[in-house]
Amino acid sequence: MSLEEHLDDSELPERLREKVRATAEERSLSDEEAVEVADAVYERYEQTRIDPLEPVGTVSAQSIGEPGTQMTMNTFHYAGVAEIDVTQGLPRLIELVDARKEPDTPMMTVYLEDEYAGDRDKAREVVWELEATDVLSIGDLSIDVADMQVAVDLDEEALEERQLSREEVAESIEEELDVSVDEESMSFGPDSPSYRELLQLVEELREVVFKGIDGVERVVIRKEEVEDGDEEYVLYTEGSKFKKALKVEGVDSTRTKTNNLHEMQKALGIEAARNTVVEEIVSTLGEQGLEVDIRHVMLVADAMTTTGDLQSIGRHGISGSKGSVLSRAAFEVTVNHLLDAAVHGEDDDLNGVTENVIVGQPIKIGTGDVELKVGRPGGD
Amino acid sequence: MSQRTTPKTIETIEFGLMSPEEYRNMSVTKIITADTYDDDGFPIDMGLMDPRLGVIDPGLQCKTCGKRSGRCEGHFGHIELAAPVVHPGFSKLIRRLLRGTCHDCARLLLDDSQQEEYREKLETARELEEDVSDVMKSAIRSARKAGTCPHCEAEQKDVKHDKPTTYYEDGQKLMPSDIRDRFERIPDDDLRVLGINADRARPEWMILTVLPVPPVTARPSITLDSGQRSEDDLTHKLVDIIRINQRFMENREAGSPQLIIEDLWELLQYHVTTFVDNEISGTPPAHHRSGRPLKTLSQRLKGKEGRFRGSLSGKRVNFSSRTVISPDPTISVNEVGVPEEIAKEMTLKVKVTENNIEEIVEYVRRGPEDHPGANYVKREDGRRLKVKDKNAEALAERMLTPEGAGPMAGEGDEEEEEAGASDDDADPQGLGWTVERHLTDGDVVLFNRQPSLHRMSMMAHEVVVMPYKTFRLNTTVCPPYNADFDGDEMNMHVVQSEEALAEAEVLMKVQEHILSPRFGGPIIGAIQDHISGTYLLTHEEELFDESQALDLLRKTSVTELPEADEEIDGDEHWYGDTVFSLLLPDGLDMEFESSAGDTVVIEDGELLEGTIDEDAVGSFVGEIVETVAKIYGMDRTARFIDDVSSLAIRSIMHFGFSFGISDEDLPEEAREEIDVGIEEAEEEVERLIETYERGELESLPGRSLEETLEMKIMQALGKARDSAGEIAEQYLEDDNPGVVMADSGARGSMLNLTQMAGCVGQQAVRGERINRGYENRTLSHFKEDDLSADARGFVRHSYKEGLEPREFFFHAMGGREGLVDTAVRTSKSGYLQRRLINALQELEAQYDGTVRNSENDIVQFEYGEDGTDPMKMPDGDAVDVDAIADRVLDADEAPAGGDD
Repeated sequence: MSLEEHLDDSELPERLREKVRATAEERSLSDEEAVEVADAVYERYEQTRIDPLEPVGTVSAQSIGEPGTQMTMNTFHYAGVAEIDVTQGLPRLIELVDARKEPDTPMMTVYLEDEYAGDRDKAREVVWELEATDVLSIGDLSIDVADMQVAVDLDEEALEERQLSREEVAESIEEELDVSVDEESMSFGPDSPSYRELLQLVEELREVVFKGIDGVERVVIRKEEVEDGDEEYVLYTEGSKFKKALKVEGVDSTRTKTNNLHEMQKALGIEAARNTVVEEIVSTLGEQGLEVDIRHVMLVADAMTTTGDLQSIGRHGISGSKGSVLSRAAFEVTVNHLLDAAVHGEDDDLNGVTENVIVGQPIKIGTGDVELKVGRPGGD
Repeated sequence: MSQRTTPKTIETIEFGLMSPEEYRNMSVTKIITADTYDDDGFPIDMGLMDPRLGVIDPGLQCKTCGKRSGRCEGHFGHIELAAPVVHPGFSKLIRRLLRGTCHDCARLLLDDSQQEEYREKLETARELEEDVSDVMKSAIRSARKAGTCPHCEAEQKDVKHDKPTTYYEDGQKLMPSDIRDRFERIPDDDLRVLGINADRARPEWMILTVLPVPPVTARPSITLDSGQRSEDDLTHKLVDIIRINQRFMENREAGSPQLIIEDLWELLQYHVTTFVDNEISGTPPAHHRSGRPLKTLSQRLKGKEGRFRGSLSGKRVNFSSRTVISPDPTISVNEVGVPEEIAKEMTLKVKVTENNIEEIVEYVRRGPEDHPGANYVKREDGRRLKVKDKNAEALAERMLTPEGAGPMAGEGDEEEEEAGASDDDADPQGLGWTVERHLTDGDVVLFNRQPSLHRMSMMAHEVVVMPYKTFRLNTTVCPPYNADFDGDEMNMHVVQSEEALAEAEVLMKVQEHILSPRFGGPIIGAIQDHISGTYLLTHEEELFDESQALDLLRKTSVTELPEADEEIDGDEHWYGDTVFSLLLPDGLDMEFESSAGDTVVIEDGELLEGTIDEDAVGSFVGEIVETVAKIYGMDRTARFIDDVSSLAIRSIMHFGFSFGISDEDLPEEAREEIDVGIEEAEEEVERLIETYERGELESLPGRSLEETLEMKIMQALGKARDSAGEIAEQYLEDDNPGVVMADSGARGSMLNLTQMAGCVGQQAVRGERINRGYENRTLSHFKEDDLSADARGFVRHSYKEGLEPREFFFHAMGGREGLVDTAVRTSKSGYLQRRLINALQELEAQYDGTVRNSENDIVQFEYGEDGTDPMKMPDGDAVDVDAIADRVLDADEAPAGGDD
């Protein structure tokens, strides 16, 4: 029997068939040997498989929850980049499983396209496209109370660095603040001379973003070693506006990522969000020196994303949308769940764990999921 | 045999509202009087303690079902409310229905096409298992927009809700009776659009006209020592309701003014509201006479100690015991030492059969006081007899006497004759009895330490009955339980059924949990002194003569010494490595780096070089333990761990090991070197501060000047401590016990030694140098804005030298932060764990390799993307095709080569 025929008969998964084929080819094995290897591989595969009916959910929950006690509470720590503070440890883990709309410290890791990645100046260009430029970073403000005028003393060097022209600055101010700007002195004032309105204008001016993405407060460039020893410039941003950042010229949209799960989902879909959950949990645990098998993390991530939407772990997510009334009531907000169930005339089919514990029946997981019938010798 | 009952299972539980008619039907009596007991202490008929509502006093019979206290579950009564009141739990829904239905015709304010639309939305929501109440909310929202009713064209009025239970329509107060009338007219089909199942929950039932009275068993009164009766909170509340109800009726009959009637109506509403929920915002909670708020229905269900979490999800069990734990290195990992006192209290039920009758009778004969004895016997007719010292002998004899013979006929001599002689003689009486015998050596029990954070927190051990009063456990199982012996207590459960026993033995035995499913590595392994022991044994080339070597191996499973390594003056000697090798399974090949930094090489079960320390046999990291577990199986690993710990204990006893204050001594020149280093660092800090003050400091990118300065100072001081550590390390001998412990990974680190002998270093709060306390300074000893090292919590002394008062204070600040951190963390991570468990507990691997939840939805198509169990996987690839190919092909060639 040839290897292919043999493989067709076996239940080996495709990824292992692939490897067996490759090995057979590489070592130029005879059909007989190859079949023997395939059999041994199958045997090993069978040995390492998860047992059916294993309560993998509980095991994963324990495996992620238990090291929680050993994590630090200290929120701020560096993620390799000393310049940017990122929430770490237990607070970050909680934030992830909560699937918060906005993380405590949103952050993007921006990878650059080839021509930008190796060139510091080109990388700088991308930085200016990302980092929100406000008034204070391109000049000083002065308020002339007598003339009721605000003047911006532009720093030409800073302007040039950011490739901004005076006209553009003036235009932005006019557009955002609805005033007319004297381009020569870069000054403007309220329509009617009012001290309050003047101060109002100054306040608003501080909010104006002249270049870059509003919400991306700071960008740090770092030279970093990526796979196979190559070095390239990578940008780290404080604040995350993922969708906008992807559109910036020079940003490699295939590798750039954010730590904001919801942005990831909106921009790249639920699978990307799922992978972000996995990556973020793994790196959070890894940073604390805790070893947790990735399978547990994957199960959590899959449970959170299996509906096609990001669901949090807890009352507002998975636990709150369970089918069983008793299970929901036993978790949190007991009374409301019972009252709602009554009005909607719900049924509890007692399939889960908590429900059966409550009514005092064996739970249908693990050894409780097996039914055996005793046959009589000679009987049917 | 006794009659068998078909095991019944609950298929479904239906939820719904109950109609007033249903309340009346299930009621055994109408309650009309607020009094409970008459002067003679007897319950008053049709009062709140009516005997028909069930029994709580022992000895009495229930007037309804005839059962006695404990067996009778109680029966509901009812109160006919003088006027309808709103059920407070549904006040929001009532508001919604008022706003969404027509003022005149009570139809839903949606035309047919809209109704159809929401019906569909509801259908999809149900299919997708989304929240149906969201659909209801949006349906009500669009219904509210209708100015006129699409069915009868009546103009709609605005409904206001005054929380919790008052409603106004156009400024006019809506009485519950008005609401009820209107709800009665809402057609079933309209309700269905809102997701309300009208068969089970008619909206008018949310307005109570009849109040069910819970049975007395749900609100038992307690008799105090003084003979006074103290009633349950619910009873108090019901008394209030009945009183107001009566007053209401009297006033209405007397034709009191509308104002008074309305006041009473409101009062009745208040009492019913607090009867259901005493924590509604906007309603002042009802108080007990003592001033404590009453615990009414909702409070009973809610929260951690409530009915759901406290009584239904968490149940109490029999056959369990708890005591302090203490270590015992002489018992095996899978054993537990149980005090005889406990063993005599905890029993196992054994069915008496032909095969075990003699053994069992022996237990009975010993009685309850003599250790392997018995506490109860259950005869075949179901009578349970307590075994006492007095009747033990008689009971034992009776079990042996043949059936039919007189109970007293049994005598010692006869029994033997019967057993052997006549086969047509009847069986002994004892056959078929059940005996509750004491726990004995070898029984399997579950052992647990809270918090039970992972499955290794509850494992099965074999009992070893011991004197004294503590549970004894092998120190190598401390890591999975996270136990130490500073007063920890643990629980033991005796499994009662054969199924449970089988599961415990197969799934829960300690050796099944040597590998943690968290990371696939060993969680059980050598700790502390075990590691120091193996380190001392294998680090230097130590020689042992025969008696020494045998002494080392005494408690292990090794019984023979190999050929001697060395012969000195005619005496055979062995190296420590050789002695250790005896514990290794034959054929084991390994190579890895030890914590001490050398390379460990094991070939064919022989330790060739390297030090055996934490990385080899320690818990969490032990390479040898992991490899043995994955290649040789769990039983062999358990034996290996037992052997290693026994050998290590013997070995550390052989060498002797102690650590005292003098082991932290540094020579004078080292002290000076350290002082110089610290002074230099302090000068460096001064220099930095000066540069900063002169404004010459350059800030790091993205940091302010102050932050930069802080970072640089921290760096300088950190370096000072590190160099102090290096100096200390240099002057401490390699055989210094502290160094041995740090080096081998047994306990502590070089940092701990540095702090003891060299310099404690910078204290930090929130990751910064200490900067709190007074305004702009930490203590009144310093000038304002003093940024120098000692003003900001740098401790230059070592623990051994002792700390200055100021240093001590800063040190305490850092220490306090650590304590607070731990306290906060435990509660946060506990809640995280609870949520994770609750969200994932239904997920189960299936026969087809998928992972599904209890609704049979697929969560993963293949567990962990490759279907591999993390516990069964060696480091790296689960299925290493290359290695397998090597092995298979080698095996093919080997015999061929042999033939040549």
